[in-house]
Amino acid sequence: MKTNDVILQTATKVVSLVIVLFSIRLFFSGHYYAGGGFVGGLMTSAAIVLIMVAYDMKTVRAMLPINYRILIGVGLLTAVSTGLIAVFQGDPFLTHYYGYFDLPILGKTSLHTAALFDLGVYLVVVGVTMTIIQSIGESE
Amino acid sequence: MTEIEISKIIVGLLVLLGAFLSAVSAFGIIRLPDVYTRNHAASKSATLGVISVMLAAFIYFYAEHGHFNSRVILGILFVFFTAPVSGHLISRAAYNSGVKLWDKSVRDDLKNKKK
Repeated sequence: MKTNDVILQTATKVVSLVIVLFSIRLFFSGHYYAGGGFVGGLMTSAAIVLIMVAYDMKTVRAMLPINYRILIGVGLLTAVSTGLIAVFQGDPFLTHYYGYFDLPILGKTSLHTAALFDLGVYLVVVGVTMTIIQSIGESE
Repeated sequence: MTEIEISKIIVGLLVLLGAFLSAVSAFGIIRLPDVYTRNHAASKSATLGVISVMLAAFIYFYAEHGHFNSRVILGILFVFFTAPVSGHLISRAAYNSGVKLWDKSVRDDLKNKKK
């Protein structure tokens, strides 16, 4: 029997946007408040899983044509190259730098290379979670 | 009476209302006869109870500490949006897997539509 999922799909359209925005907020607030790359990555993959539940995997693959195994490699590369910046500057591995910059719209902003390391964690968490869920969901 | 005292009274009333509504919802889940009426109690009353407690938390931190916490507002909207949808999905899953209605129910429009 073909079921009619209009209510679930319409709710998913609104709710997944809220979840993605909240996960980005968790990722950027990691330095001063609770949050960080791990929780942000888990929330983002939860939004993708919600879309997978409401629609199907083909729709999600057409919407986000990402190979999640490559995403794990990109995340690990980001984290390792953040550590290698310090090696090229002559400091020990994984020394972090920070400074205050005047950006065009945001004004005075403090930028820290730990955020790049956190971006690597974020990408690895999204990649691992989505790889596990996709490979379990596809096996017949 | 100052503004802070008025807001404290409102916060207290909202927390008590939320706790009362959650208790009503719990009693409804225990006492009602079948899945659909229980789901009605759980999804409706508990949603309003949780929303009033969250609103009380928001008003408390705004009036007492001057801290505007937008995540609580987002949480209120999120619960208000998702709890009825999940209730609908649980009810529909129960109906599609053949759970019987209470024997004193008189209307089943979906059953006549299917034939």
